[in-house]
Amino acid sequence: MTEETLTKEGLKTQEYFVNMGPQHPSTHGVLRLMLELDGEIIKKVIPHIGYVHRSIEKMCEKDSYRQIVHITDRMDYLSNHMNNEAVCLLVENALEIEVSDRVKVIRTIMSELTRLSSHQLWWGVMGMDLGALTTFLYGFRDREMINDIFEETCGARLTMNYNTPGGLMFDIHPNFQRRVKEFVAHFKTKLPEYDALLSDNVIFRNRTEGIGVLSKEDAISFGVTGPTGRASGFSNDIRKHKPYSAYDRVEFKEILMETGDTFSRYKARILEMWESLSIIEQLIDNIPEGEIQSPAVKAVIKLPKGEFYQSVETARGELGVYVVSDGTKNPYRVKFRSPGFSNLFVLNHLAQGYKIADLVAMMSTIDLVIPDIDR
Amino acid sequence: MSAVATYFKDIFQGLKTLLTGMKITGYYFSHARKEIITQQYPENRDTLKMFDRFRGRVVMPHDENNEHACTGCSSCELACPNGSIEIMWERIVDPETGKKKKIIDKHVYHHSMCTLCNLCIIACPTDAIKMEQTFEHATFDRKELTMILNKPGSKVRKDVEE
Repeated sequence: MTEETLTKEGLKTQEYFVNMGPQHPSTHGVLRLMLELDGEIIKKVIPHIGYVHRSIEKMCEKDSYRQIVHITDRMDYLSNHMNNEAVCLLVENALEIEVSDRVKVIRTIMSELTRLSSHQLWWGVMGMDLGALTTFLYGFRDREMINDIFEETCGARLTMNYNTPGGLMFDIHPNFQRRVKEFVAHFKTKLPEYDALLSDNVIFRNRTEGIGVLSKEDAISFGVTGPTGRASGFSNDIRKHKPYSAYDRVEFKEILMETGDTFSRYKARILEMWESLSIIEQLIDNIPEGEIQSPAVKAVIKLPKGEFYQSVETARGELGVYVVSDGTKNPYRVKFRSPGFSNLFVLNHLAQGYKIADLVAMMSTIDLVIPDIDR
Repeated sequence: MSAVATYFKDIFQGLKTLLTGMKITGYYFSHARKEIITQQYPENRDTLKMFDRFRGRVVMPHDENNEHACTGCSSCELACPNGSIEIMWERIVDPETGKKKKIIDKHVYHHSMCTLCNLCIIACPTDAIKMEQTFEHATFDRKELTMILNKPGSKVRKDVEE
């Protein structure tokens, strides 16, 4: 609390602190924000993180490269497939192994399905944060179809651990293509409903348009990536700039918006869902034949001595994996550059001068996953 | 535009978007039988079938002669990231060949530590363990989650090679 001061009318006033979280429903996890307030106007947002810190980077040091993959599921649990893929690509690049086209295409389809399911969940909770419970149920209804596809092919709904260094754990299930096509046809009819329910709603528009504007320069200097950064016009899609897996053989647009306010961040994700659907449609009918596990990868993987970096585009932004290897079967040091961590700290910059209700809307469009921030 | 006109325009636009949303929810309300996907879980327990690849817990299948395929090679123990598999083995002298042989005494599986990552199943050279599709694993006592996978008195199947 600050010193008491007098207003023009001669009334006593002072700034004060309020804790938002760690158990606040709109922080989607155990994130604690200390808000410095003047009345209801936010002066400063101080994020306190570390409530779900599990020292994943340290745990990776005692694990072999095959075992690291399954821990990354637990960082950004909504982009689990891309997290797995990042470690697998790193190991494959370090060993200079080329995986078959079949593996590349399946990985790309799986990543895009994960991105869709993440954005569906985000859309659901975005509406719920702003007081519309319907969207939550609709978002989860469509996500259920993707979860079924994952469960049938990968064996789990959330922590799938489907990628292995050099390939995939199993081949796709015989029903996979049929189910994905069913889902794409189904979701194409449901996505316009998302727009009708939320995007065109007057209350929603008034609460999001012109709120929390992030300029392109600030997005770059804060390292804000993913749809959050692209809504400010910062072209940062790893899928376009450093194509991995099968992204170089599909056509898709990088969604770039101009305004950078809460609504454009919302719109960027809705448009990204259409792009993901189009990527899946391009690939699902022509999955090439090939082996699903490269025989060049040995049972015990030893990376050559040196430093390696691999970045992938998750549903939230750029995930970077940095490994220092000393030539043994365990990495010497692993560092994850998680998108949520960089995106969270732009919140102080965005929220200054706005009210607490606006902060909830902004936080929702930044799309935070707390285990990803804390690791 | 005057302030009054803007005021009424906002009201009508608000009503319009409200009705657009209500039309969608109204459709699902009137077509509940077709569109509903909720499952009545404890009631549908008899008909609920999990997918073949669903990972519930690790089991060791035994055949009718109480024989399994586990040679005690410890591949699964090494592959496990969490130490949830412990193999207690001993060396015996094979009566037929006279050579020393490694057999498992107990294949201990700590379900409470397992993250169901499937690495042990992939690592097993003789396909001795597999994933079971059960999912109701809550117990009243933590000790019940530590299981011995090989049945008492079981042996290694003859045709399984070391």
